[in-house]
Amino acid sequence: MRQILDSLLLVLALALVWQGLYWLAGDLALASPAQTFARAAELLATPSFWRHASETFLALGYALLIAVTAGMGIGLALGMHRLSGEVAEPVLVSLYSLPKITLYPVILLLFGLGISAKIALGVIHGIIPIIIFSMGAVRAIAPVYFKTARVLRLSRGQLVRTVIVPAAIPELVSGLRVGFSLTLLGVLIGEMFASQRGLGYLVMKSIGTLDVPTMMAVIVMLALVAVLISSLLLYLDHRLHRRAL
Amino acid sequence: MAASVVKMSADRSVSTPMLHAEMTGVTRIYAAKGKTPGVHALGPVDLALRQGEFFSVVGPSGCGKSTLLDVLAGLSSPTEGKVVFEGAPVTGSVPPGIGVVFQENAAFPWLSVKDNIAFGLRREGTDPAEVERRVGYALGFMGLEDFAAAYPSQLSGGMRQRVCIARTLVMQPRLILLDEPFGALDAQTRLLMGDELLKLWRETGATVMLITHALDEAAMLSDRIAVMSARPGRIMEELETGWPKERDSRIASEDHFGQITSRLWKRLREESIKATARGGA
Ligand SMILES: Nc1ncnc2c1ncn2[C@@H]1O[C@H](COP(=O)(O)OP(=O)(O)OP(=O)(O)O)[C@@H](O)[C@H]1O
Ligand SMILES: [Mg+2]
Repeated sequence: MRQILDSLLLVLALALVWQGLYWLAGDLALASPAQTFARAAELLATPSFWRHASETFLALGYALLIAVTAGMGIGLALGMHRLSGEVAEPVLVSLYSLPKITLYPVILLLFGLGISAKIALGVIHGIIPIIIFSMGAVRAIAPVYFKTARVLRLSRGQLVRTVIVPAAIPELVSGLRVGFSLTLLGVLIGEMFASQRGLGYLVMKSIGTLDVPTMMAVIVMLALVAVLISSLLLYLDHRLHRRAL
Repeated sequence: MAASVVKMSADRSVSTPMLHAEMTGVTRIYAAKGKTPGVHALGPVDLALRQGEFFSVVGPSGCGKSTLLDVLAGLSSPTEGKVVFEGAPVTGSVPPGIGVVFQENAAFPWLSVKDNIAFGLRREGTDPAEVERRVGYALGFMGLEDFAAAYPSQLSGGMRQRVCIARTLVMQPRLILLDEPFGALDAQTRLLMGDELLKLWRETGATVMLITHALDEAAMLSDRIAVMSARPGRIMEELETGWPKERDSRIASEDHFGQITSRLWKRLREESIKATARGGA
């Protein structure tokens, strides 16, 4: 209850700041909250908006699927094999801090302008933090769990399925949370610069035609969805970490 | 299965006591890693566990007790020397028939108490009805019936340790190694847990090795007690208590109990001072 009230207050405060900025910056750069929500309502009623939205979420879905399965697989393997993990970690960290936009021309050459380029861009944004978190998750597992597994004579497969994965789940969810935001970012960037479809494209197009309300409406809706999914994952994250104590 | 274990130990103890596990000339040196220097943690140690006995190891903190357990169980390879369990050398893996209760909390937080206890049996593919039966028995034996559905995070440290004991018990090991299982408990509760341990030992017929820093615990529970030196841990003395098999914490009021504890303490005092001076405590 307290939390809901707090969130409502936060939303109200944001709306006020927004309205204030609108008065300062004027019509050319910003739309007011009222204009934005009116435009959002219109958009939600148009089929073409839904085509763009489904394109974006389809790309996001594929990108997440690839980033999560490959990322967790690689991360768990590196975590279990200490030496390769130690070699890979600095490489991954520097790749992570590399601005992914520099890989952009390469991606376009490889994948063209279709949905696969967006997916690829989403994956390269999201996969590295997922690998790093998963690797850390395995390393943080209490050594006594591994000893217990050896005393109970578990096979390698049993060790992974019944000890490593469940023990790592709280950290894996943290990785998923960070990975999700970055994958979404990657997909949207892909849509903004080389696509004729998707919400990212819609934002770019409305900037081009100085259609500020549409731009703002799409951004706000995207932000809402992203915040919603993130908070769900955060909630799950907290619950899992509390239980692990 | 349980019955056959009991019978086997009874048969073997007819003649001179049979050896169940043996360490000869065992040392363990942890290799230097980066800036941390190598540690000579243990030995050389000679140790022989007799079939079906209750054996305790006492020693100052950091003297290598857990290392001794790891090497005996096959969790860690000796730097020198050899380990034999039931006539076969122990190398690189834990042989079937050994159960271990670790010093650290090893209950899996993602499983309920019941699933924790059933964990090993399920991995072995034991028939579900049999799993149910053994887990039910172990829950009762360890006084955990009311907590079967609880998660470890909802339990006290002592209860979690009981879960680990139960998880070991259901596997019906012939040699049970316990590493300071009651370290976190107050003295009275520890004595009562000791009674349960004795009951478990008598009922299963297993050989038990208990590592403890509590001299009264060792004096009351054991057939034999080994006293270890400060690190690198060696066995300075082994003493036989001579208690009858049917015993419980009431023997703590006997004169003989006092004699054993004072003898242990005499041996251990100097070593504990050494360990403390070195910052081992
Ligand atoms: N994996 C390891 N790598 C390096 N050194 C270790 C390792 N495990 C233990 N040691 C060192 O070996 C020595 C003996 O440790 P061990 O845990 O066997 O002692 P202990 O008698 O069980 O101690 P405690 O009374 O605290 O349980 C200690 O000095 C410890 O720091
Ligand atoms: Mg120890």
